Order: sequence, then C-alpha cells, then structure tokens
Amino acid sequence: MTGVRVLVGTRKGGFCLTSDERRQKWEISGPHFAGWEVYHMKGSPVDPDRVYASQSTSWFGQLIQRSDDGGRTFTPVGNDFAYAGRPEDHQWYDGTPHPWEFKRVWHLEPSLIDPDVVFAGVEDAALFRSDDGGQSWQEMPGLRHDTGGRDWSPGAGGLCLHTILLDPSNPDRMYVAISSAGAFRTDDAGGIWKPVNHGLRSAQIPEGEAEVGHCVHSIAFHPSRPDVLYMQKHWDVMRSDDAGEMWHEVSGDLPSDFGFPIAVHPHEPGTVYVIPITSDSVHYPPEGRLRVYRSRTGGNEWEPLSNGLPQENCYVNVLRDAMSVDRCDAAGVYFGTTGGQVYVSPDSGETWQAIVHDLPAVLSVEVQTLS
Amino acid sequence: MIRVEVPHHLRVLVGVEGDILLDVDGPVTQASVLDALEARFPVLRGTIRDRATKRRRPYLRFFACDRDVSFDRPDAPLPDAVARGERPFTVIGAMSGG
Repeated sequence: MTGVRVLVGTRKGGFCLTSDERRQKWEISGPHFAGWEVYHMKGSPVDPDRVYASQSTSWFGQLIQRSDDGGRTFTPVGNDFAYAGRPEDHQWYDGTPHPWEFKRVWHLEPSLIDPDVVFAGVEDAALFRSDDGGQSWQEMPGLRHDTGGRDWSPGAGGLCLHTILLDPSNPDRMYVAISSAGAFRTDDAGGIWKPVNHGLRSAQIPEGEAEVGHCVHSIAFHPSRPDVLYMQKHWDVMRSDDAGEMWHEVSGDLPSDFGFPIAVHPHEPGTVYVIPITSDSVHYPPEGRLRVYRSRTGGNEWEPLSNGLPQENCYVNVLRDAMSVDRCDAAGVYFGTTGGQVYVSPDSGETWQAIVHDLPAVLSVEVQTLS
Repeated sequence: MIRVEVPHHLRVLVGVEGDILLDVDGPVTQASVLDALEARFPVLRGTIRDRATKRRRPYLRFFACDRDVSFDRPDAPLPDAVARGERPFTVIGAMSGG
C-alpha cells in the first residue's frame, strides 16, 4: 500500500484527503464544485484514477463529474436521467398519488470489473446504469416495475435509492436499498428484482412486517462473505445470513439502535461498525458523546469506541453514506459529520483523530486504498 | 450578438467571465436564446430548463430590460434592446440565506 485517498462529499463541494499508509499527515484538496451539494464521490475499484462525483443544487439540478486523474481535475459527463417508459405515480407522504420526478443522484457505484460501467441511485427512487463512463444513462426499470414502485413512499429525506452493493462473487447479483421502500435484490444483473425484507419490523408503517415500506438506511457486507448482510434500519440493526431472504435483529446492547451508516471491517468479516444516534426525532449521539460502536461477533455484542472523539457537547449527525473503511494492513475506519469533521481511526477503531475540523456538512465519505 | 447573463455557478461551469455572447438564428425569443446557449455549452442542458419539457427550473427567473419575463411564452419575442445586444437576457437564481 502507498496510501489512501478519502473522497468527501459535502453540502458545499467535494474534497480529497490523501495520506500515506500511516494516515497521520494529510493533504487536503478542494473544494471541487464549490458551492454545490456533492452527495457522493466514489472511485473505480478497477482504475483508482477514475472517480465519479454527483454534483447538484436545487437551483441548477444534477451534474455528474468524472475524473481520470485521481480527483485532481474533473470533467462534466452526462446528466440526462430520463425514467424508462411512461411517467408513473408513487405514493406521496399523505398516501395520494404523486408523479415520479427526478431530483438528484444520491449514490454512484462503479463496477467491480469495468471502469466505464457505473450505477447511479437516484431520487425519486430508481437505478440507472452507464456503460460509457457516465456519458449516457439508462434506467434499469425492472426495479420499479417488479417490486411495486407505485406503493413506495418517501422518507423525510425523500424517496431515494441510496445504497448499491455489487456482489464480487456473482456478477449477476446486486442489492439496492431505498428509503422508505426497503431492500431489493437482483440475481440476473438487474433484469428482475425482488424485495428482500422478510424479518424487518417497522412500527412506523401501517403493516409492521410489510414486504415493502421499510426505511432502510444502509446495508453493508464483506466481499468475502457477500451472503451475510448487515443493515442499519431507521430503527434496528439487522443481519441476514442468506442474502437477504430473512433478517434478524442484532442491535443487542447498543445504547440506541437508530442510526444511518453501517460498515464492515476490511479484514474481519464478522466485525461491524455503527454510529448510534439518539432517536428518529433527535439526530445527534446519545448524551452528546460521539461514539462508534464495534461488534466483533457479527452483532448483538457491541463495544463503544471513543478514544479521540468528543465526549461532551457533541450534537452532530453522521449520514448514511458518511462512513467507510480502507484496506490497509492496519485497517482504517473513517466517518464524516454534519458538523464538518472527518475522523480517521488507523487502528480499526481503537483511536481516532480528526483529519479536518471545519468542512461544510459532510454527506458522504469513501476511501480508496492506493497501491 | 445576443448577450446572456447567467448566475455565478453556471459561469464557473462553462468557464466564462461576464456575459456570454451568442449568435441566434431567427427570432430572438427565450426559447431560441436558450437553445443557442445549450448548443454552445451542452453542460448547461438541464441546469436552466428541464431537459424533456423545456420548462424553466423552479428556482430560476428570466429577466429582460428590467422586466420579469419568466411567465411569458417561450416563443414570444424578447425586447428589441435584447435582440440588438444592447441589454442582456438574464437568468437569475432565487436568493437564499443560511
């Protein structure tokens, strides 16, 4: 390993934080796309110089930017996200029909095998694919049509497709998650989709165990065990051992099982990280103490990790795409806050330090491990 | 030449300082000016008007000769002073605090 590059999306631009593998001294570049919301930036696993960025504002809409030099420079690519077929309706907050309207790209997921292939999760919820490095985008319409999209309704943050997981052991299998519809899986490379929400229980919806309607906040797996999924739901931390066919709760002794991101240790498939938030009404850490919780048993038994994190008067939030891990030998864990701090632990969570203190509110954190 | 004034973020996007100067074929209207603007700077497609419907984005307004023309028909002629290049066709973003 020669180092890491941390791609940070914020409310007012994108930033690249780079360091060698010791992860003690950092160079900060940015803001890229100053003044725009950068919901997500992510690098290709095949070509780390290829970085995709989602840039948007309510004024000027959506742009996609692409870098071919590791985030030093970016070029706008395609921004035509046209839904396939006739516009349809989904449910609005009050249960009335509401037309499907494109608002923004929440998440960009580059292919594991081809740097020109990239997936985009958008609001209103749909999945798009580009085969030409982001120049053009086509919706994968089976997701909305096969799984009852007309019954989906938005969470408070919008009807967003925010999580895309590509199974490294099976190129035909991928997962997505939508707030507030749930988790979905395809086993034929995106043609046919099915909900994978059995076992989820949500007291906030009319049918607590409904097949769709759950507010899934984030899903993660370890590449070596892609059938074992971990989920941070609106409330509850969940686990599935069979590719989402059935979920069971592993919140265990967490101080709160509400939160947004979830991540898996890069070298220990059973080690999971969450950042508990007080409640759905109070979006800051319990007791004003910022703590990452780690389970080394695949859930249920959790330990607080707070060495180096503020333990008083801390009232930030950590959003769903704002935690990531690197693949250094001594594993690094990263997260960014709505207060503009980006923290790193170069030792799997034992100790933490702030890379930066005063960025705009952090929307996303992704890490590239460079060799 | 038609002068078009766009907000800061769009000027940065196209790498132009000050007004954008455009040749417009035929009648000078909102639609023809914006068509010419988007033809010269494809990156602006979708940033001022919806790509499919060509409707103005909600947080933007169009001004010409100190008059709000946002709700005029897109094919209505713009004032002569704009057509002669004496005054700009202006795209303005909604003010926002916080």
